[in-house]
Amino acid sequence: MIETLNEVLIDKEVTINKVGGEDSLKRRLLDLGFIPGAKTKCVLISPFKDPKAYSINNNIIAIRNKDARNVEVIL
Amino acid sequence: MKKIKVALIGTPNVGKSTIYNELTKNKVHTGNWAGKTVTFSKGDCELFDTLYTFYDLPGTYSLISKSKEEMVATDFIIDNNFDVAVVVCDATSLEKGINLVLQTMEICGKVVVCVNLVDEAKKRGIYIDFNLLQQNLECPVVKVSAREKWGLEELLLKIKEVEARPYLDINYGILNKEIELVQENIDETDMNKKWVALRILENNRHYIDIFQEKNLIKASDKIELAQKNLENVDISLEIVMKIMKLGKMKLKNVIIYSNLEKDRKYRKIDKLLTHKVWGLLIMMLFLFILFYLTIVGANYPSELLFNFFSSLEGKLGGLLSFLPNGFRDLLVGGVYKTLYWVISVMMPPMLIFFPLFTFLEDLGVLPRIAFNMDRAFSKCQACGKQALTMCMGIGCNAVGVTGARIIDTKRERLIAILTNVFVPCNGKFPTLIAIITMFFVGLSNKLGGLVCALILTLLIMLGILLTFGVSLILSKTILKGETSGFTLELPPYRRPKILNTIFYSVRDRAISILIRAVKVAVLAGVIIWLVANIKIKGLPLIQILSDFLNPIGVLLGLDGVIILALLLGFPANEIVIPAMLMAYLQAGSLSDYASLSEFKNILVMNGWSIKTAVCFILLMMFHYPCSTTLLTIKKETESNFYTFLAFIIPLGVGIALCLLVNLLF
Repeated sequence: MIETLNEVLIDKEVTINKVGGEDSLKRRLLDLGFIPGAKTKCVLISPFKDPKAYSINNNIIAIRNKDARNVEVIL
Repeated sequence: MKKIKVALIGTPNVGKSTIYNELTKNKVHTGNWAGKTVTFSKGDCELFDTLYTFYDLPGTYSLISKSKEEMVATDFIIDNNFDVAVVVCDATSLEKGINLVLQTMEICGKVVVCVNLVDEAKKRGIYIDFNLLQQNLECPVVKVSAREKWGLEELLLKIKEVEARPYLDINYGILNKEIELVQENIDETDMNKKWVALRILENNRHYIDIFQEKNLIKASDKIELAQKNLENVDISLEIVMKIMKLGKMKLKNVIIYSNLEKDRKYRKIDKLLTHKVWGLLIMMLFLFILFYLTIVGANYPSELLFNFFSSLEGKLGGLLSFLPNGFRDLLVGGVYKTLYWVISVMMPPMLIFFPLFTFLEDLGVLPRIAFNMDRAFSKCQACGKQALTMCMGIGCNAVGVTGARIIDTKRERLIAILTNVFVPCNGKFPTLIAIITMFFVGLSNKLGGLVCALILTLLIMLGILLTFGVSLILSKTILKGETSGFTLELPPYRRPKILNTIFYSVRDRAISILIRAVKVAVLAGVIIWLVANIKIKGLPLIQILSDFLNPIGVLLGLDGVIILALLLGFPANEIVIPAMLMAYLQAGSLSDYASLSEFKNILVMNGWSIKTAVCFILLMMFHYPCSTTLLTIKKETESNFYTFLAFIIPLGVGIALCLLVNLLF
């Protein structure tokens, strides 16, 4: 099943399928390791539900929901 | 003596600045959040007859990024005005750094890989096979723990010994044919032609401009053809994927995780600190404790310093007795007095606040605060990291303004700079506390200190609310624009080195502000003395001025003296009250009060009511930034317009609030 990254339930590991969005954001996400095939999971949700933090490459990165919407994942 | 120029490259949060600090003992402060060193500095270091000059490049995740902020490092490298590149990696997350290593080897002949935080990795149960890593990368790899100060000499030796290698040749798969086509049409260069070709294929304007300047591009029609051939290919994605794939291969069997206990513990702390109830409460508690320790802890040393310096006043006057009376009084009662006043009120809080703040910063708490607060800032179309510059602003607005460098886009950085003064700085605290205690808490209240800190916290909340409001208005008007993609790294918690924390925060923050403050205090001392002692037609200038300002003061629920005191306090907020007392008492120099009850008497005698106190607190909190901050804003924005805005916006808000209170009550 395909979802966008911002919808992923907490602590559930998913595989990245596609990264889209505006050029500089997409590049930043790719540089951080959000590339197709990579595994990631949502590890933290901030008090106001946005942003959320994801673990990638043994590293934790916070991304706003509207930006995370550009990352397509496979459950 | 042999001279070697070294470029220090690394992703954010790998302790690059710690290494730089240890090596050069130069002035760079290390912080536990992404992108702390924005403009880079250089520093020297000597070992065995070799002089190393280190260039501390801004932290970057990639050398082929398209964001302006991240291209600084690449620009420096392709400019090729150095000998060796050192790529600093984090042993706890080699995956993060390996791509940067490969990208560096692609455009740099002499590369040394420095794996930092080895001790931390060990503690977290991460084992790294360094021999295998060195074999795979075919370049020197050095283990370092900058915190524990080992491995640095080895690093220096490796930098001296490293031999130039051909540029790393990465196989870009389906792009290869077009890369070749472009390569054939660019001129001979020292740069890696493949890399040049890739930037052209990507159509990266920034680099194409540089290549054109160097006359590298020959037949542009062939290049256009190549670009056209790849029209349906996501070139950036292909490039990044190929580099990542190679990175994975280089790290194969290099890292072994044995124990994830520590990580689980960190996640638990993280969940607590970002919890929707506890997270916010703990955050506020942190700030409350920070203020409380600063306020209470500073009292005693402040008094001590003050008494010490004022006891010297008479002696200094005696020493200078050969000078004419008026001039001597100008020096002693004007310059010296203002100077020691500023130092004794300003120094102790700074020496307490900044080490504590740096402690939280190094621990890794601050990025969590930015994470918690980001939603509110994103609603105002600003950046979550503004929460951090806001906290720094509480220490000193000038530091907050400089701190805004951590914000990536210019628009959001300007919002942070222009709104920074809405949180009251340390310099306003003593004044606010005195007024709150006298008029709202009561002088005989046993819980006075606590109630006072509480009211102060509420006032800071008001400042934060206004920060949001003004940020929103700015992003709807002068600083229109979309929010940029916000990515924030939440680095692992690190136990700060207490002594280092104290040393660097005092040296890099407290002292530098103090020096700036002292410079303006000298001038302010002269002006204050002149205002208090010059008489025109028998009337002291101070009275003429305050009479002149009185109508404005009355309109704002205040009086002329208060307005004059705020004007005289332009160099430092600390001297507003002494200047006010000087005017009320018609003294010839800044005046102190023996006790709060005496102070209250003076104020009440001069017509102060609860309303005056409210209006004064509002205007004290929201007026123009002090001269030091304003100078810093000018330096950071390089714009008279934004400096003017930074001056007028908070002043406008303060005046509006006072008018409102005055008209309503």
